[in-house]
Amino acid sequence: MKPLKVQAVPQPDVAELKAKLSVRQLNFYYGGFHALKNITMEIPERRVTAFIGPSGCGKSTLLRTFNRMYSLYPEQRAEGEILMDGENLITTRRDVSLIRAKIGMVFQKPTPFPMSIYENIAFGVRLFEGLSRREMDDRVEWALARAALWNEVKDKLSQSGQSLSGGQQQRLCIARGIAIKPEVLLLDEPCSALDPISTAKVEELIHELKADYTVVIVTHNMQQAARVSDYTAYMYLGELIEYDVTDKIFIKPKKAQTEDYITGRFG
Amino acid sequence: MGSAEHISKQFEADLGTTRTRVLQMGGLVESQILAAIQAFATGEAALIEQVIENDARVNGYEVAIDGACNHIVVKRQPAASDLRLIMAISKIVTDVERMGDEAKKIARMAKRIHESGSSLAQKFPAIRHAAEIAVRMLRQALDAFARLDAASAAEVLKEDSDIDSEFKSVLRQLITYMMEDPRTITAALETVWVAKAVERIGDHAKNVAEQVIYIVHGTDVRHTSFADIERELAKE
Repeated sequence: MKPLKVQAVPQPDVAELKAKLSVRQLNFYYGGFHALKNITMEIPERRVTAFIGPSGCGKSTLLRTFNRMYSLYPEQRAEGEILMDGENLITTRRDVSLIRAKIGMVFQKPTPFPMSIYENIAFGVRLFEGLSRREMDDRVEWALARAALWNEVKDKLSQSGQSLSGGQQQRLCIARGIAIKPEVLLLDEPCSALDPISTAKVEELIHELKADYTVVIVTHNMQQAARVSDYTAYMYLGELIEYDVTDKIFIKPKKAQTEDYITGRFG
Repeated sequence: MGSAEHISKQFEADLGTTRTRVLQMGGLVESQILAAIQAFATGEAALIEQVIENDARVNGYEVAIDGACNHIVVKRQPAASDLRLIMAISKIVTDVERMGDEAKKIARMAKRIHESGSSLAQKFPAIRHAAEIAVRMLRQALDAFARLDAASAAEVLKEDSDIDSEFKSVLRQLITYMMEDPRTITAALETVWVAKAVERIGDHAKNVAEQVIYIVHGTDVRHTSFADIERELAKE
């Protein structure tokens, strides 16, 4: 195999911030297909980092390496390092469910369990913690309140999670994710299936959540990336092209490739 | 500005049209300034009226171009170089419109000075000289805008201090005139306003050049000393 050219991509100045996730020379393969090439980046703690890029650039692939989603599929493999608190998530011997408890994920299509709203939240918590009924009630309320959903569902907690609107379902999924007190939240195009008002509510929620969680969001909506994120990474064909403070990426990107993508120009 | 054309031909066309209109507006204002200074020297009545009437066209350009910028912002949410271009154009047309106003002022002063029978205008070739510098600055700034040439725009910034010195020298001379013969005060003051208008035109041309640097480099050099600007641009 041809050795790959390794070009260091300048990192945003996160000197004053701690990195929550450190990605070092990450390569990812779907069978023989080399999907991610030598990705090196630091995801700052308690900030929102967005991955943008055209279809097939690898942004969702990259996101999904962070919580070991690929472990479900034998033909997918990762090489390199994804460090969280000094531990390499790729090679760790720890139970992968414990990783996923610390790194939650919300998908594009809302995926409420076919259970009551209450059970949607309680189910995950029960797997990791032994809470009394009272404590569980508090946790459910806390998670739903944090996800800006409590007022809308507090009188119908026993109703099915699937009876909610799309935007509410997505907020339920976010509540479910934060109920188990993760450290990182991965959002894979969380608003793509939502109407503008629900989108605005979820974006507002993301802004509030970053006080407590490290958020990484994949989005194909550039204006959304510009609105919600502090740092933006532009990817193309499996490579990290540019990674910087969001304002810089959108006002004065360094690379012509980045500029072309965000201004809607393609050669 | 990017390496290729926008996928949207309409967007490409809108940007192109807007840029062209800025240049047309600039060209009109350039000829307004030259005509006004000529009128100041000769008192030619037809020229004075022409400058005053044409100002409405300049104002029309400002309104139309600002409208086009709003349209592009709401429709395209421009980013990066497109965003900088639109923001800069909006500021450039303000400065160019003000230059047009200054030209109209000069024409009005010229009318008053010559109707009063004063020959003061002929005694101040320095004003014409300063005006020529100002027009050159405007021309170079507009050319730098057309070619997105930041180096050429930076040169414009240097020339503004020449106009300022000319203005100070003219002011000193006029004060001397007024002190020697108070009957000249009215015409002298009007000449001061003309010299001031030329100085303001130079300032506005400098502002246009600063916006060109912003478009190209994304660096806001307003209120920055020329030495600091040169240092910043050398980094790029």
